[in-house]
Amino acid sequence: MNLFIDASKYVLTLLMAGYTYLNFRYFGVKEEKREALCRRQAWLFYLLHGTAYAVLYLQTGQTRTAVLYVAQVLFFVLYRFFSRVLYPKASRILINNMCMLLAIGFFMLTRLNFDRAVRQFGIAALSAAVCWAVPWLLDRMWQLSRIPWLYGLLGLALLAVVWAAGSTSYGAQLSLDLGPVSVQPSEFVKISFVCFTAAMFYRSVSFRQTAVTTVMAALHVLVLVLSRDLGSALLFFTVYLCMLFAATSSWLYLGAGILSGSGAAVLAYRLFSHVRVRVSAWQNPWADIDNTGYQIAQSLFAIGTGGWFGMGLGQGMPQRIPVVEKDFMFSAISEELGAVFALCLVLICLGCFLQFVMIACRMQASFYKLTAFGLGAMYIFQVFLSVGGAVKFIPSTGVTLPFVSYGGSSMLATCILFAVMQGMYILKQDEEEEKDDEESL
Amino acid sequence: MRNPFKRNRKERTPGQKANDNILGLTYAVVLVFVLLFGYSAHFLLFQREQVINNSYNARLDQFAQKVVRGRIFAADGTVLAETALQEDGTETRVYPFGEVYAHAVGYSVRGKTGLESLANFYLLSSHVSPLERLAADLSGTKTQGDDVYTTLDPGLQQAAYDALGDRRGAIVALEPSTGKVLAMVSRPGFDPNTLNEDWERIVTEESGQARLLNRASQGMYPPGSVFKMVMLLEYMREYPDDYEAFQFDCSGVYQVSDGGETYSIQCYHQTAHGQQNLQEAFANSCNGAFASLGLMLDPAGIRQTAQELLFNQELPLSMAYEKSRFALEEGADVWEVLQTSIGQGRTQASPMHIAMITAAAANGGVLMEPYLIQKTESAAGETVREFSPREYGALMTAEEAQALTEMMRAVVESGTGSALQNDRYTAAGKTGSAEYETGKETHAWFTGFAPAEDPQIVVTVIVEEGGSGGRTAGPAARAVMDAWFSE
Repeated sequence: MNLFIDASKYVLTLLMAGYTYLNFRYFGVKEEKREALCRRQAWLFYLLHGTAYAVLYLQTGQTRTAVLYVAQVLFFVLYRFFSRVLYPKASRILINNMCMLLAIGFFMLTRLNFDRAVRQFGIAALSAAVCWAVPWLLDRMWQLSRIPWLYGLLGLALLAVVWAAGSTSYGAQLSLDLGPVSVQPSEFVKISFVCFTAAMFYRSVSFRQTAVTTVMAALHVLVLVLSRDLGSALLFFTVYLCMLFAATSSWLYLGAGILSGSGAAVLAYRLFSHVRVRVSAWQNPWADIDNTGYQIAQSLFAIGTGGWFGMGLGQGMPQRIPVVEKDFMFSAISEELGAVFALCLVLICLGCFLQFVMIACRMQASFYKLTAFGLGAMYIFQVFLSVGGAVKFIPSTGVTLPFVSYGGSSMLATCILFAVMQGMYILKQDEEEEKDDEESL
Repeated sequence: MRNPFKRNRKERTPGQKANDNILGLTYAVVLVFVLLFGYSAHFLLFQREQVINNSYNARLDQFAQKVVRGRIFAADGTVLAETALQEDGTETRVYPFGEVYAHAVGYSVRGKTGLESLANFYLLSSHVSPLERLAADLSGTKTQGDDVYTTLDPGLQQAAYDALGDRRGAIVALEPSTGKVLAMVSRPGFDPNTLNEDWERIVTEESGQARLLNRASQGMYPPGSVFKMVMLLEYMREYPDDYEAFQFDCSGVYQVSDGGETYSIQCYHQTAHGQQNLQEAFANSCNGAFASLGLMLDPAGIRQTAQELLFNQELPLSMAYEKSRFALEEGADVWEVLQTSIGQGRTQASPMHIAMITAAAANGGVLMEPYLIQKTESAAGETVREFSPREYGALMTAEEAQALTEMMRAVVESGTGSALQNDRYTAAGKTGSAEYETGKETHAWFTGFAPAEDPQIVVTVIVEEGGSGGRTAGPAARAVMDAWFSE
């Protein structure tokens, strides 16, 4: 049995590497071959998911692990089937990637904390089903681009409520307690914020409009900083800058934005002790390893001890990292499945981003184009902050890895994000089909 | 048809322009991820072992479930620590030399110290053949961990241990050209074989014993006259052309008036040294001369030189150590300058740090990072990793090192270090007798190297409450050097 677990980590790495390879091969093959490629990818996905759960089952011997696995397979099969039935033109590679990221999160959570894994699975299934409505809505509601202030003010109000009444966890006000559930509104404001910015720039990119939009964006960031949610603040700021540049093509704005952002960062460093704590823990986690440096040191121990091929699923000590299932999933995966596997995971995320960028480039209407790009940027910077913080490339900001980390709000918001992208992809496919029809007439 | 490679930017529609921007930003994102991947790969390839070999990393203990902890050898292959299997299958760590290597090799019960901590990762890494590992996996037995060869010289270590006798203190011996730690002794010690049973007694013992503390690198002592090496360097830096013209008339007590107060600095036992030039003042360790010299210097300059010599700095050491402290600042009062100039006041240093400064002087100014692990070998005797000497950088120029060597040579030839005079090798050094508490004997220091013309070994000795550096620490250093040159 030891032998199987030892061998399984190489099998998992191999499957993951194969999947990741196909993910990028996709860009290089002709349209008609893509379907077959995605089908091969799906096989690798099912194999990987199955192998991981086999290892977990062999170690625990618990029936509930097997039951959870069967339920998940059922979910994946049904989700993929109905996605194709409802939206025959949906991007298969995006569906594949979404399933893959979900599956990795599922089995890692099962290994870390079974109850949370069940909860996460339930939320994911629900979110995925709810989000089937998103492309449909997107197709019918052309007014979406007309209501920037609804997005802007609603988002800002939500953030303000969290700041005023939110519950504090790990020094930051992130969530609202609503009876039995707690919601993290900032996850959803990420989407409304991108829509707001896109809708504003869709109207006009005049100086006046740009100034107003910038003030609103700054308010978002400010409220997040006051709530001590530094990761989100950084995320919103960076995404705004990217969208600003994409919309206006102004190097002046970009330069001024980077300058003022750096100024604000220095100011925040001087003003807030929790910023200084994060930075000093990043510069030298070993100096205060008992306290502020503890989390990042444990993360590095995990990644380092795991090495390239990992300790084997269930063989490491990822629970030693505080809040591992939210902010440090990358480290847990790297410890047990190896750095090769974990970096492949990052490559899959990067692949998703490239898909998003392709969709953005193909959209004609600038509202859609900016929304697609903004959401893509939001997604990939979040991945960057999460992974970069875990490997000590940048100071840790306590940001989750979308689809992989534990958290209901993050799960639903990421589902919506993927569904919006899927919706635009379908929109474009329809459009092109119509054009083809016209040409052939 | 338009040539797609000669696109005119002005002709582009807003949508195409936005696409250009998006693509540009996408390239930037990809670049950032390439950097992230590069950083991760660098971490895994080059920093991994150092990072995870940390006593806070509980994951290493998991290795111990699959691997039998390897052995620790002296440089010549003498076993310093090995794991013995008891009849009932439990493992015990055996240290054949007991107290002699207590701090250098350390222990691995109730936490880990010394080499047991430094080399923990190597001792728990197994490089047996894949076949053996497979067999062990199948049968559920453990594989043999790698062995670690240290830089320690058993003859020298024993000589240093004997030289300290029953006194509290520490001795460090380094090879200046490589940074190899040849011997490292701290007393009083403990028997690592029975530490578990003795633990309660050791930790509840009255203070002052501190048996578990490695005084060589963690002991903090006022450097006393040994600090005159630093003052000498600073004086040569501030008066490069005429430092040799320094003169001082010593009456045994040096008095300075400042703002209505009179401060006096005494030489050891109030000895009147008479007319002294710089070399004589250094050789005789004349406190009055160095106190007056200190007043001629810029406090900020002294601080800078002290920090260049790694006071207030992290030391390039992988073992546990305490940072040396230097407090003098610009605008300090006369009394503090006087005290600091003779190595008293608030200055504190570890014997290892003093040995490192001495080693730099002995190596043309260049400090080699002290290291304890020479190589690791698999159980089958194949070398897994070898550690080569690493240069830290120059602490002083070659000329300064040469001048300092000549001064230190005079200490042995005609000054307080006469205990090191002999006809087999030429030693150079500096003594110190550091006051630390009124009414108690001074701590005795000696730091030096030999042969002066081609240094092979640096020895630094501290004997707590040993009295005169020349009379207590000097002979101890002599014994260690004698052992080295008779081998």
